[in-house]
Amino acid sequence: MATQILLKNIDVPGLAGFQVYRNLGGYTAVEKALKTLTPDEVTDEVKKSGLKGRGGAGFPTGMKWGFIDKQSGKDRYLVCNYDESEPGTFKDRHIGTLNPHQLIEGMILGSYALGAKTAYIYIRGELFYVLNIIEKAIQEAYNNGYLGQNILGSGYSLDLYCHPGAGAYICGEETALLESLEGKRGNPRIKPPFPAIVGLYGCPTVVNNVETIATLPWIINNGSDAYAAIGVGNSKGTKLISACGHINKPGIYEIELGLPVEEFIFSDEYCGGIRDGNKLKAVVAGGSSVPILPAELILKTAAGQPRLMSYESLSEGGFQTGTMLGSGGFIVMDHTTCIVKNLLTFARFYRHESCGQCSPCREGTSWMEKILTRIENGQGTTKDIDLLVDISKHVEGNTICPLGDAAAWPVASAIRHFREEFEEHIKLQKCPF
Amino acid sequence: MQDNIKISEFSRETLDLVNRIINRYPKGREKSALLPLLHIAQSENNGWLSPEMMDYVASLLKIESIEVYEVASFYSMFNLKPVGNCVIEVCQTGPCWLRGAENILAHFEAKLGIKPGETTQDGKFTLKTVECLAACGNGPVIQVGKEYHENLTTNKADELLEKWKRENKISHTNPYL
Repeated sequence: MATQILLKNIDVPGLAGFQVYRNLGGYTAVEKALKTLTPDEVTDEVKKSGLKGRGGAGFPTGMKWGFIDKQSGKDRYLVCNYDESEPGTFKDRHIGTLNPHQLIEGMILGSYALGAKTAYIYIRGELFYVLNIIEKAIQEAYNNGYLGQNILGSGYSLDLYCHPGAGAYICGEETALLESLEGKRGNPRIKPPFPAIVGLYGCPTVVNNVETIATLPWIINNGSDAYAAIGVGNSKGTKLISACGHINKPGIYEIELGLPVEEFIFSDEYCGGIRDGNKLKAVVAGGSSVPILPAELILKTAAGQPRLMSYESLSEGGFQTGTMLGSGGFIVMDHTTCIVKNLLTFARFYRHESCGQCSPCREGTSWMEKILTRIENGQGTTKDIDLLVDISKHVEGNTICPLGDAAAWPVASAIRHFREEFEEHIKLQKCPF
Repeated sequence: MQDNIKISEFSRETLDLVNRIINRYPKGREKSALLPLLHIAQSENNGWLSPEMMDYVASLLKIESIEVYEVASFYSMFNLKPVGNCVIEVCQTGPCWLRGAENILAHFEAKLGIKPGETTQDGKFTLKTVECLAACGNGPVIQVGKEYHENLTTNKADELLEKWKRENKISHTNPYL
């Protein structure tokens, strides 16, 4: 059984309540940090652990904290990115619903390390029922002296609040999130300056994903060495993988990074194989924006090595034959799936979610959806395939935020690996599925 | 604003909640409370944001009305036109599609006799399509107010519809309560 950091006690009844969480060792990391560690020592532990941001970009967490400007004399903020919206990703909902105190404990640790006196959890508006659960847990933490003034007599004070979004995928991009938290449209900011220098209200700010923050108590309790001993290469620790699509056991699994993809898909401990005894056709391994891979390339690299669930192994071969770990949103498709239609739903998603600020993304996402609709409906021409590739190239890299890339990569990769399926739609003048 | 337009106002209880929320943000940054307040305003205004209601929210936060309009029109959860009592939102993104979301949508369309974006003549139901609700492992998924309904089948959809008809379901309740 793999080490469980996030899901260990997830099935314990009443875990969302303070007392049950506390009885299982909850809030001991806060006690340890506030009584025996300086903020910089907490940061160093996180740096040494090798923890990377679990929202999708995989940026080293401790390094991100290290960029925060502590000399500015301004307030500093920690903001939790709970805007979980990347299609295929549904892990963070699980944490907040069933184990909110682990997230709160992580928020206290991170805020202490950064010297933040106020912290916010920005949660997508659709998940208001989860916000209610977390707010109740926050109140319990206040009542028990883990939030508010002079926590545990340490002299450190922290206020923690939830803030709802209102239906905008783009607010998962950290600068759009900060704009939204300031009560504005979710238009991403031009970087630099990065939030660590100019973030919320112009103050130094760190934005971290839910899973990243909920991992912190374990690292402080068990030490960075213990965390870094889990995993493979530069992929340290565990990762929540939310698996969906045509598998026998959709759900949320905590894996040690380095698990073979084949074992993850086919073993009964995880996805339990493909539904109805069908054949595996393709996988989108890290949320809708990462390149799709056909069965042979997700199970083995182009060099014939077994593909592992790790940052390095999944990206081996670059975009020609590899993909990315991303958010851990693992979408599995069996042989009955129309790749064009699946891609069309993604294209519609990105058109809907483009904030409209940059013209390559605003126009490109809508053109890609139109052309894919045409092909899927049997009205496409051969030239349409090259046109899609051309548009995707002009969107990629030409926008303020990564939404442009996120919209372009699925299109480019689907054509790269499944071009004959697009051609068949055009030849038959209908969807062959 | 014209004098003859009815001014919207919150109850004392709702205003207490509003003030608690505004106090979560630093002095001078009250505008941060805009999204939470719009959620509350929509729930108090039959599920949609009228210009009058948005003007009222602007007055509570001491900001210009245009600052509210530009935000309300950006976020998909805010309805700028009247909706039915019970808004059914069907996820249609890839993972739900892989597990039969199209059938679920077609079923609601047939049962209610309306297309996405429309409201039944009796004003009871509005049907909407939405993008990923982050519950992909349990697709097909629909959202009604704060409730998620997952692993949906046409049978389950029928049971829910019957229940909602029976209890005159109203999906726009104050999300904080």
